[in-house]
Amino acid sequence: MNKPAVETKPNIEVCDGNKAVAHAVRLSRPDVVAVYPITPQSAVGEWLSRWNDEGTLNAEVVRVEGENSSMGVCCSASLTGGRVFTGTSSWGLLFMMDGLHYAAGYRIPVVMTNANRETPGIFTIGNSSQDMWSVRDAGWIQVNVEDNQEILDAVIMAYRIAEDTDILLPMMVCYDGFYLSYRKDPLEIPAQDDVDAFLAPLKQSKRNIVTPDDPMVFGIPSFFPKDQGEGCTEFRYKHSAALERVKDKIDTVDKDFEAIFGRSYAGQIEAYRTDDADIVLVATGSVCGTAKVVVDKMRDDGVKVGLIKVRLLRPFPKEKIAKVLEGKKGIGVIDRSVCFGYHCGHLYMELKSALALEGLPTTLPTLNFIGGLANLDITVEQVETTINLTLAASKGETVEEVTWLSLEE
Amino acid sequence: MREIRVHGRGGQGAVTAGDMIVIAAVMGGEFGSSFPLYGDARRGAPVVAFVAIDDQRIRLKTQVYTPDCLIVLDSRQKDWPETYKGVKSEGILVVNHTNTIEQQPHPNIIKAGAVDATQIAMEEIGIPAFNTCMLGAFAATTEWIELDSILGALEKTFSGEILKKNIKSAERGYKEVKGSSW
Amino acid sequence: MKFRCDQENSWFRAGPVLGQPVNEWRYVRPIIKLSKCNNCGWCELYCPTGCISEEDDEVVIHLDYCKGCGICANECPKDAITMIDEEEE
Repeated sequence: MNKPAVETKPNIEVCDGNKAVAHAVRLSRPDVVAVYPITPQSAVGEWLSRWNDEGTLNAEVVRVEGENSSMGVCCSASLTGGRVFTGTSSWGLLFMMDGLHYAAGYRIPVVMTNANRETPGIFTIGNSSQDMWSVRDAGWIQVNVEDNQEILDAVIMAYRIAEDTDILLPMMVCYDGFYLSYRKDPLEIPAQDDVDAFLAPLKQSKRNIVTPDDPMVFGIPSFFPKDQGEGCTEFRYKHSAALERVKDKIDTVDKDFEAIFGRSYAGQIEAYRTDDADIVLVATGSVCGTAKVVVDKMRDDGVKVGLIKVRLLRPFPKEKIAKVLEGKKGIGVIDRSVCFGYHCGHLYMELKSALALEGLPTTLPTLNFIGGLANLDITVEQVETTINLTLAASKGETVEEVTWLSLEE
Repeated sequence: MREIRVHGRGGQGAVTAGDMIVIAAVMGGEFGSSFPLYGDARRGAPVVAFVAIDDQRIRLKTQVYTPDCLIVLDSRQKDWPETYKGVKSEGILVVNHTNTIEQQPHPNIIKAGAVDATQIAMEEIGIPAFNTCMLGAFAATTEWIELDSILGALEKTFSGEILKKNIKSAERGYKEVKGSSW
Repeated sequence: MKFRCDQENSWFRAGPVLGQPVNEWRYVRPIIKLSKCNNCGWCELYCPTGCISEEDDEVVIHLDYCKGCGICANECPKDAITMIDEEEE
């Protein structure tokens, strides 16, 4: 019998998305961890607590009474100079909404994961991107990933970005709940030495630290040279400008990561077979895996189609996307959430706005497809439908602008 | 790509069985992925696990609609028509059942393996944890994965006395499965 | 658009769902040994489906609503409840 391959690849482990998060956090050596359990990401906290108990993680794991507290614990611990981690999903993410604004407004480099799940209101237990998009104006850096290896790698990269002196912003690594959080895949677990080397530049990072000997005041004090409103305006501007700097930072950190670990995710966006494409799908999250398979299949049938996988959601990589889409004949956007007030998907709304801001012709046929809500599958057939309809629109046929997959016309 | 659907009920170990097939496939030098479909995790409710094995990394993130193999942990679900939904021609059935499957359960099923996994698990493990026995039967019936890889997957999942018992149960599943073909 | 439901909100009258049996989910069922039972009511408190009740000083399990989770057997302080295979007589 053949010798098991695992003996030659000792760093391969089959684990789900939640354990991938936990591995990444363990390897990043956080000082404080506070995770409150919620489906479908409870295992993140369970693994970290277990490893802390066993001694493979050396952090202070704080048992909190809710997500609002976990963000409070993380913000406070980070202000004292510690490296922190929390993870949540849906209800939990919304329960820490004030904390999200605190973390971003005070420029506290909290690293958090969110297992994307439907939001309250229509009671469901299933995946969608509704929660992730709902907090997009909190001022965080947000990335959304395609598979479990990318979860692990993105969390490690998140520390390099969030704690960088040029950035100092909280960062949220989003991954599809259920579809990734419960999915088992063989993953390459990086070596501790490599992660230490990758995160080593952060030792030079400088940030304000709160200590008992040198108390700080939060808010804009009376001795500030300008009044409160002007002070607020200045800090809002700086915050927004820092978010813009994330775009280049995520690209360079991705290159640094590749140099050590040999894996790259192309930074802000991944353009998949777009160079000679006539039409391009735009999507984010786990559906990109399925979309790549369908793109390959349609390419074999002679359809010139490509895919843009949007990794970075905040700041929105509008320049990169517009550059890829310049000169294309049709665009199809797949959304797993509903942007209320625009009656379309979030990514579609973002993309339309990006195209207009970047000066692409508004006549470019752009379609939106909403599917995969509350754990519905976005199937191979559905992705084929999106390509066929986009192709029809690119040839001048009249197609409904927004198609709700799984709803009958 | 070979696709497998595991049918069971919460608490029967359908999800763990799916995971262990992936671990076994990876130990055999292949790629795999598995994911379950259930909402609220509760004992007793029907559970389906989707497994895919391939020589390349699995990029598809969808459920399994056209399985090459069905693993049925709950013998009653063997008689449900929806269990066989989408099964490919030349499909294989592995079922927890006391007797050899005499009647072809679906026109696309050409091979079946039946093993009294509940009985074996009660004898070897002492509780109705029959998913590991079913993995032995799966290895024997499909011949897609070596028994050694299955046992290796058990070693990665269990330890100590429980591991020994599960290894015995899986080995008996491998040996005692009763095959039929059409 | 074709809709499957004629109302705007996603909450419904519970009538059709209430009383839906869950016995189809079961693959083991609880058997209670009345000689060991001291009517403490622990199982009734713990049962997630509420299918255990005391009738005429005797604990009764309504199997239509038992999903076979085994919590009662686990919690019984007198070990009066055992779970047996569904197919066993």
